[in-house]
Amino acid sequence: MSTIDSAEVLRLAALARIDLSEAEVTRLAGELDVIVQAVATVSEVAGPDVPATSHPIPLSNVFREDVPGATLDREAIMSQAPEALDDKFAVPQILGEEA
Amino acid sequence: MSVTYEDAITRYDPVLGIEVHVELGTRTKMFDDAPSPAGGTEPEHANQLVTPVSLGLPGALPVVNGTAVEYAIRIGLALNCEIARSCRFARKNYFYPDIPKNFQTSQYDEPIAYEGYLDVELADGTVFRVEIERAHMEEDAGKNTHVGGADGRIHGASHSLVDYNRAGVPLVEIVTKPITGVGDRAPEVARAYVQTLRDIFRALEVSEARMERGNVRADVNVSLRPTPDSPLGTRTETKNVNSFRSIERTVRFEIARQAGILDGGGSVLQETRHFHEDDGSTSPGRVKSDAEDYRYFPEPDLVPVAPSREWVEEIRATLPELPAARRRRLQGEWGYADAEMRDVVNAGAVELIEATVTAGASPAAARKWWMGELARTAKSQDVSLEELPVTPAAIGELQSLVDSGRINDKLARQVLEGVLAGEGSPEEVLTARGLEIVSDDGPLLEVIDATLAAQPDIVAKIKGGNLGPIGAIIGAVMKATRGQADAGRVRELVMERVQD
Repeated sequence: MSTIDSAEVLRLAALARIDLSEAEVTRLAGELDVIVQAVATVSEVAGPDVPATSHPIPLSNVFREDVPGATLDREAIMSQAPEALDDKFAVPQILGEEA
Repeated sequence: MSVTYEDAITRYDPVLGIEVHVELGTRTKMFDDAPSPAGGTEPEHANQLVTPVSLGLPGALPVVNGTAVEYAIRIGLALNCEIARSCRFARKNYFYPDIPKNFQTSQYDEPIAYEGYLDVELADGTVFRVEIERAHMEEDAGKNTHVGGADGRIHGASHSLVDYNRAGVPLVEIVTKPITGVGDRAPEVARAYVQTLRDIFRALEVSEARMERGNVRADVNVSLRPTPDSPLGTRTETKNVNSFRSIERTVRFEIARQAGILDGGGSVLQETRHFHEDDGSTSPGRVKSDAEDYRYFPEPDLVPVAPSREWVEEIRATLPELPAARRRRLQGEWGYADAEMRDVVNAGAVELIEATVTAGASPAAARKWWMGELARTAKSQDVSLEELPVTPAAIGELQSLVDSGRINDKLARQVLEGVLAGEGSPEEVLTARGLEIVSDDGPLLEVIDATLAAQPDIVAKIKGGNLGPIGAIIGAVMKATRGQADAGRVRELVMERVQD
C-alpha cells in the first residue's frame, strides 16, 4: 500500500523549499514510498522488547573544553558571499509575503 | 470593541505561559570553539566570531561545550528541576537566514532539566509559585538587520543583512507550565518571574543576564477564559520582549485586547505577536502555517548527554546562595523590618547597602543614605541608584565622618552633593569646601561674643532666668558659621558667657 502520495511529496518539497516538476513529484512519491516501506518492515521485526535507538554508537558525554580556538578569516568568508554589505551577508527580503 | 485592562480583568481569568531564553556566558559557543560574544568577547566586526560550525558549512562537526552543560544543570538545579539521567539534542528544521544550517540544534523530547518550580516574590511580599515544565539547551541564531523598511522591522524590508557572530551562542530555554490563579496580578507576576530568573542567572554566574543586550529574552503567552473553571482559551505568544516593563505592558495589553475580541463574540487567533515599545501595543507576526512544522528529529552528529549523579550532586553542592535566601539572610543581619527590606529590594539597593555596610557604615545608616538622599537624587535625575556617580565605599567614608563627629547630617548632605558633582572623595570635598565642624572654641567664641554684644536685650533676659530667647542666639551663631558649629557646644558656650 502506498503511504507517500503526490500531496505528501509536495508538502515536504514546500517545507524544504525545493521546487519540483510534476514528473519529479510522481517519481519521488514512488521512491520515497519504497523507503518508507523498508522502514516499516524493520518496525515489524522490532518488537516492544527492542528499545528505539537514536544513536547507534554506545557513547555519551563527548564534551569540549571551553577554550576559544581559531576563527575563520573574515575576508575569506565574505569573499564567498554572493552579496555582502558591511561585513554582513546580504540576503533577499525575508518573510515579505507574510502579513 | 475597546476594553480597558481594569475592566477586562473583572470578567476574565488570565492564564500565562512564559518562555525565557538566557545566553550562557561561556567563553566559547555551544558546539564549536569560536569565542562567544556573550562570554566576554566583544567583536569589532560582523562575522568575526565564526567557524565552519557556526556557519553551518558542509562537513562541519559540532562538539558540545562541557561548561555549557554544567551551566544548564546549574540553572536546572536552581529551579528545583529534575536533571535528566540521559538526554539528547534534536534538529529543529526551518528556513530562515539567521540559521545557516537550516536547522537549530536544540532539545525536544529529552530536555536536560524538567519538572521544577520557582517561588516569585511580588513587590508587596506576596510569594507566587511558578511551575517550570522544562529547561533545555540550544543555540542562538545569527542576527538579521532588515534594510529598506520604514522602521527597521521585518515588514516592508527590501533585503536583510546577516551577522553570524551570535550564531551558536549557548542558550538555555526555560518553559513554564500554564501559570494560573494570578488574576489581576498577571502583569506583575510575569514581570517578577523574569526578574527573579535574571537575578538567579547572575547569582549562578552563568550569564551576565543583561536584558538590554538581549542576554535574556522572554516570549510571553497570554490567554483568557471566563472563569478559573473554564477550559484554557486560545493563546497568543508575544516574542522577544526585552525589558521587565515591556513584559508587564505586553500582558496588560494582550488581556485588554483579547477581552475586546471575546466581548464582541469573536475568537482569539492563535498567533505570534510583536511588542511595540513606543505605544505598548502588540501586532501580529508570523502567521502559523505549515512552515511551523519543524520536523524535529534526533541530532545524529551529537551523542547523548548523560550527566552522572555524582556530577549533578557536585554541582548542587557548589551552588551559590540564591537571591531569595540571601535577601532573607541579609534582612536578619541588618535588622530591617519586612516593609523596609521590600523597599530596599524594589529600589535595587541590596548590593549597594551590602557594600556600604562592608565599608563600615551601620545597616541603618547605609539604608538612610541609599533610600533617602541618594534615592531622591536618582529619581530627580531619572537614573538608577547604581548609575549615580558615587560608590558604596564613598558612602561608608561619608558616614564615618558623621560618626566621628567631624560633620553633622546637614554638612554630610553638602559633602555628598560635592561627591555627586565629581569633586572627589568625601574627605576631599570636606577639605576643599571647608565644611568641617568648628570644634575649636576660639573662633566660635569670637562669633558668640559678637552675637551677644549685638543683642544686649536678649542677654539681659537670659541672665534674668528666661532661657527662651537662647534659641535666637544659637540660630544667629549657626548662621554666622554657615552651620559648621556644633549646636550643642554653642549652647554650652553661650550659657557660660552669659553667666560669667
